[in-house]
Amino acid sequence: MSASSATVTGARPSGRAQSLIERLRGGDEIAYLITFASAATVILVTLLLVFELYHKSSVSRKAFGFSFLTTSIWDPVAGHFGALPFIYGTVVTSLLALLIAIPLGVGAAIFLAELAPPRISDGLTFLIELLAAVPSVIFGLLGIFILVPILRSVEPALRSVLGWTPLFQGPFYGVSLLSGGVVLAVMIVPFIISISREVILAVPGDQREAALAVGATRWETTWDVVVPYARKGIMGSIFLALARSLGETMAVTMVIGNDPKIHTSLFAPGYSIAAVIANEFTEATGDLYQSALIELGLVLFVLTMVINALARVLVATTTKKGSG
Amino acid sequence: MTRRMIWAAFAAVFSIGISSAQQVLINAAGATFPYPMYSKWFDEYHKKFPNLQFNYQSIGSGGGIQQVTAGTVDFGATDGPMNDMQLKEFKDKRGSDILHFPTVMGAVVPIYNLHGVSQQLNFTPEALAGIFLGTIKKWNDPALTVANAGVSLPGTDIVVVHRSDGSGTTYIWVDYLSKVSKEWETKVGRGTSVNWPVGLGGKGNEGVSGQVQQTPNSMGYVELIYAVQNKLGYGKVKNTTGAFVQANLGSVTAAAAGAAKDMPDDFRVSITNAPGKDSYPISSFTWLLIPSKIQDATKRKAITEFLQWMLKDGQNMTEALAYARLPQPVIAKETKAVSKIQ
Amino acid sequence: MPASLHMMRRKVVNAVMLSLTGLCTLLAAGTLVFILGYLFVHGAKSLNWDFFTKLPTPVGEPGGGMANAIVGSAKLLLLATVVGVPIGFLGGVYLAEFGENMFADAVRYTTDLLNGVPSIVMGIFAYTLIVLPQRHFSTLAGGLALGVMMIPIAIRSSEEFLRAVPLSLREGAMALGASKTKAILTVVIPAAKHGILTGLMLNLARVAGETAPLLFTSFSNRYWSPGWEQPTAALPVMIFTYAIAPYEDWHQQAWSAGFVLLTLVLAVNIVARLILSKRGAAPR
Repeated sequence: MSASSATVTGARPSGRAQSLIERLRGGDEIAYLITFASAATVILVTLLLVFELYHKSSVSRKAFGFSFLTTSIWDPVAGHFGALPFIYGTVVTSLLALLIAIPLGVGAAIFLAELAPPRISDGLTFLIELLAAVPSVIFGLLGIFILVPILRSVEPALRSVLGWTPLFQGPFYGVSLLSGGVVLAVMIVPFIISISREVILAVPGDQREAALAVGATRWETTWDVVVPYARKGIMGSIFLALARSLGETMAVTMVIGNDPKIHTSLFAPGYSIAAVIANEFTEATGDLYQSALIELGLVLFVLTMVINALARVLVATTTKKGSG
Repeated sequence: MTRRMIWAAFAAVFSIGISSAQQVLINAAGATFPYPMYSKWFDEYHKKFPNLQFNYQSIGSGGGIQQVTAGTVDFGATDGPMNDMQLKEFKDKRGSDILHFPTVMGAVVPIYNLHGVSQQLNFTPEALAGIFLGTIKKWNDPALTVANAGVSLPGTDIVVVHRSDGSGTTYIWVDYLSKVSKEWETKVGRGTSVNWPVGLGGKGNEGVSGQVQQTPNSMGYVELIYAVQNKLGYGKVKNTTGAFVQANLGSVTAAAAGAAKDMPDDFRVSITNAPGKDSYPISSFTWLLIPSKIQDATKRKAITEFLQWMLKDGQNMTEALAYARLPQPVIAKETKAVSKIQ
Repeated sequence: MPASLHMMRRKVVNAVMLSLTGLCTLLAAGTLVFILGYLFVHGAKSLNWDFFTKLPTPVGEPGGGMANAIVGSAKLLLLATVVGVPIGFLGGVYLAEFGENMFADAVRYTTDLLNGVPSIVMGIFAYTLIVLPQRHFSTLAGGLALGVMMIPIAIRSSEEFLRAVPLSLREGAMALGASKTKAILTVVIPAAKHGILTGLMLNLARVAGETAPLLFTSFSNRYWSPGWEQPTAALPVMIFTYAIAPYEDWHQQAWSAGFVLLTLVLAVNIVARLILSKRGAAPR
């Protein structure tokens, strides 16, 4: 208690007590505390999430150790669980999605950033970004009833052209790794387009002018000068799209075929981490089974965390400075 | 004005949430095999007692066992009876016993989607085991053509569809295959979820039916009513006497005849590959899983009264949905067993 | 190769590649139009009054509707907003107004991390946190899962829109003697309110379509779900359940539900974005 405060009734206390009370009256301390607590809640929730994943997967982790990641058996009867078929399915569908979405996405981004008049570019981009808002389950619905039948009719053509590779051999049922990959491609293409378009737009005009001045065609300017300049940002958008596709659940569950095995052919059914959790979580009888599924969730979490971090680094360094 | 309207709408939505305070909501989950029957029963019972709602979610027998053991539902349902380990787990986790109550009998039929084949196919046990083991790959394999003289089967690959979720229907199917095929028994075995050698996964009886419906040259296994309601072709299966029998009320009831007399006290019994010339070999009981101790008195009353209703009036509704009613000795035994629920 | 031929080749490559990029754009933009059109054709035609007012009928019997799923989704979103928006908004205020330290950086990093968590993992989280201890599925668990998903976007967009408020406004307020809090409350937040509200709309539209986290939290319900402690039907979950089933009647309802859901989600998105673009200086 400040001894120097005046004791006359009604006189305001002086010194540090004064500013504390005034701050309290002004509400600054409280405001700070409330908002600080809210911000801190985010960290707490995330820590809790990681803790729960780690803790509830302990039965499985103790039983299998690191071999969980390399075992390809998923046998609930015998109690043998391995993550490999799901990691395989997740990675294959995502890579296939990227293979389709990258040329499509970067191509469209180039058109929108370099060629289209600004109003058309904005309008089309608006339309494309709306695609990112379509819920996953609707992609799944369309996948089952439109995409899979289309792929079935396209399959003979694919087989005749690409059937010499083990990737396009074997029987085709419709629901397959291929269908999963194509659905994912449609879902992630807006992310690649949106971000790539922005980083390409951010490339300074003088780069283009310099190239055109020495006689390069529009395409050569774009492909050999502008795009390399924006390379890091485009890579970032790709990693972001990858992170999204790894965690995608519903659309993939509805078209991938739900077979926990590793097949080389894209025509074969497969399974992704998210899909198996969605299908089997409510019925995992026994602690080991449920724990194995939660461990799969942990694996997915770590995977997406790493990819997202890479994406962020790439996008940040590009939009901040420029060429890599 | 608009602000008041917004608040009114808000209150309306909210109150829909809480107005039904008198309602007793009983949550159950489990087998998809009897789902059409349970769905009808609970609907009729709700009409009789509008304040009682039985919310049954068809998530598969595995789900039923898991959720009732975890205590997240009031009772479960399965067509694959719980094994001793699962019984013990329930006792450890929930502190009481879990009781099996048979409700109806049904059949698991092999469904197929074959263009140009409109006749009903005959399947031998060897054919079924071979197809699901992956050793029989084509529709015109000798194992199939021999039993189906007069049908021109194509040379296309058989697309196998099985369950992706934990399923009692699977249990019935693989229980049968284990009995008729040593190779199946050693390689794959029994369970609500098994390590399938081949095939696509469908979620629930609904998912398998849907998958077969959408996929040419495919075959799967579902409860009879799913094949009937969705007009999917289903085959006859050869029974122990060598006759190809179609699944229907008569053949399923015949399959249960022996078991009805010797029903164990806990009602866990398998009637696959049953003897008798009229028996359909892939028949089964299906059970409700009810904890022997139910804390909530209102729920206990509702559940026990439902069971009594099910054993009397409910049994009269089974045949319309192609499920066979329980044999009389079983009903009598069960009526006594309801009193075990405290 | 002679120079002129080389030049011609370059010109051809130029024309071909540029047209290809146009084709890519057409494909991408056209996909949305196609999806919308298809859902409209298939979903709108069987949209009737029953769909919005009736409960589902027993399996295999035609008719019925998704009234309980629509209300269920509304309740879930309400709860999600209550959980996610205050934390997100206030956290965003902290980051914008007080956030130039290491703690704030840690919060930003964690927010990005949380944003990247797959929705199915969020479902596991809500299951272990609420469903297991409570021993039943509930609207509460589902709402919590969705609410936690809303937090990262709420924080980020709040922070961005608050930061976009010019320094001159804040300084003006302080010059008039307002405390920092008063300045924030009476000047900064109102200036950013359009952005924050549209951010909220976009956020809601995103979680409205989420299915995976609901599969084992709010589960599903054949009937109306009283209060917050019972399982509830939700629109996206019904679409999933009906789509993978064999009943033609259910497929129809899945299309209708998909149409309703998509229309709502897109409508909110379009309105939000239009507001943002009209307001001009909207940060990206």
